[in-house]
Amino acid sequence: MKVYFDHNATTPLHPEVKKEMIAAMEMFGNPSSMHAYGREARANVEDARRKVADFIGAQENEIIFVGSGSEANNTVLSLFVCSSSQCIPGSRRGTIITTKIEHPCVLETSECLAHQGVRVKYLNVDRYGKIDLDQLAGMLGDDVGLVSVMMANNEIGTLQDIEAITKMVHESGAYMHTDAVQAVGKVPVDVRKLGVDFLTISAHKIYGPKGVGALFVKHGTPYCPLIRGGHQERGRRAGTENTLGILGMGKAAEMRMNEMPEEEERLLLLKQVLKKGIEESIDDIAINGHPTDALASTLNVSFTGVEGEAILLYLDLEGIAVSTGSACASGSLDPSHVLLATGVDAELAHGSIRFSMGRESSMQEVEYLLNVLPPIIQRIRKMSTAYIKGGLHAASR
Amino acid sequence: MLQAGEWAYSETLKEHFMNPKNILQGEDTDAFDGVGMEGNLQCGDQMMVVIKVDKEKDTITDCQWKTYGCASAIASTSVLSEMVKGRTLDDAFHISPKEVALELGGLPDHKIHCSVLGDKALRAAINNYYTRNGQEDKVKQEQAKVICQCMNITDHDIEDAVLEGARTYFELQEHTKCGTVCGQCKDETEVLLEKYKHIHFGA
Repeated sequence: MKVYFDHNATTPLHPEVKKEMIAAMEMFGNPSSMHAYGREARANVEDARRKVADFIGAQENEIIFVGSGSEANNTVLSLFVCSSSQCIPGSRRGTIITTKIEHPCVLETSECLAHQGVRVKYLNVDRYGKIDLDQLAGMLGDDVGLVSVMMANNEIGTLQDIEAITKMVHESGAYMHTDAVQAVGKVPVDVRKLGVDFLTISAHKIYGPKGVGALFVKHGTPYCPLIRGGHQERGRRAGTENTLGILGMGKAAEMRMNEMPEEEERLLLLKQVLKKGIEESIDDIAINGHPTDALASTLNVSFTGVEGEAILLYLDLEGIAVSTGSACASGSLDPSHVLLATGVDAELAHGSIRFSMGRESSMQEVEYLLNVLPPIIQRIRKMSTAYIKGGLHAASR
Repeated sequence: MLQAGEWAYSETLKEHFMNPKNILQGEDTDAFDGVGMEGNLQCGDQMMVVIKVDKEKDTITDCQWKTYGCASAIASTSVLSEMVKGRTLDDAFHISPKEVALELGGLPDHKIHCSVLGDKALRAAINNYYTRNGQEDKVKQEQAKVICQCMNITDHDIEDAVLEGARTYFELQEHTKCGTVCGQCKDETEVLLEKYKHIHFGA
């Protein structure tokens, strides 16, 4: 049996998206051209823009198509250091606030900004991954220009109260950005209700194609392009449009709008069965993330005494695809910054697995996983030093 | 279109990961003549190696292990346990991470550090055997030497940084903060950097 439980990493194309993109492969015109070929492409790009805008309750001219969620996040943060009078004034409000659990594209850009003289403050999170609103209140002041808080965390699924955060941020006179890449398509997102000034979306997380994302910029918000030199996207993102990708993203947004409402309950049930099954069949585990304010599709579990990559690869041999919070698999030696920020011990963080389900995930798949996983954990633990009496304690504590 | 490629690991490594050899069953190490443990769980790798020794010939007759770590950590201890059987203690003591990696059919650069712990744990087990058998004179301590006095960085720290990916003096400084205060250790550090790059990566 093949099981794909890594939807937070990326999702397969929705069959309808695939169909529409295949049909559109005949369309090659440049949307900027005035002739029929160009007009056809333009019409489809604008149709997609309308669908994406509708999906998040925005106006069409507030949507900028970009190359990825990372690009959208980089664009918003980089706006901040531009000293042009058109941009968020960097000189007077020289502080950015973000959190310790953001995606690396926010954290590393923030670090880079810090080297350019921007003051960056990082919000702590509690054991469930929720930011501390009191700490935010203490940090906000007339020196703060921008606050960037992710809506749903990719690793543990915890949701932040973006609406409340945005109110606080606006009262202090700063602008609000949320990286909603993991939230859009999984929970209802309405930019007017949230009140945010900037919001990031990625197509491949909502069963659309890779290499395309969108940035919502509220009407009237200062803006500065990251990529210059073209009138595309009304001068806000130069470069000939990725017409196929954009069209696919539009279709993906449309499909999500139809399918999302009935999906959450089904996924929540799968997650409950998975969680209960793991708790009942495997000792010495910890569930990460918020028990209720979290994505219905994401379950993050720490297994004592086993290293995540070993679990991932043994599961891969059984046809099951998951992700690990241990960075050992990706080359760095540090365990997940998100889990560490929630106070998970480094040892436990090394042994963490993220199961992220999606629209095609089934109860059969969950049951198959629950059959396969316990013997794997048992097997790894049998060869682990962590389970030698005195081993762990003698050597590391 | 291409199909899914193989893992980042060699077939030999995959085989040792799927069917590890010589895992120590249970917790009892009394039947063994030497026990060594290296690494810690906080860092994500810990290995324990136990050996039986033919006291007449000074050779290793059995080697078993337990490992907490990723696939390459598990496979490298497994392959090491096969490599040392029949070797003299002195010979086994000098097995390098590079030999282990070679035996595994190579390791991705960022995984080299996983194979370093196995040979360290083996040396600890051999030293433990010497100590237990009244041969303290043979125990070889791996004394660390402080290279950067300001930041208290040792040659071991520099070696670890190289194993974790540092290839230039600047990257070494990013990893360890060595030479970031007075800078007097720069020449010695650069010599060590080249040495460890050569030992571990043949560069």
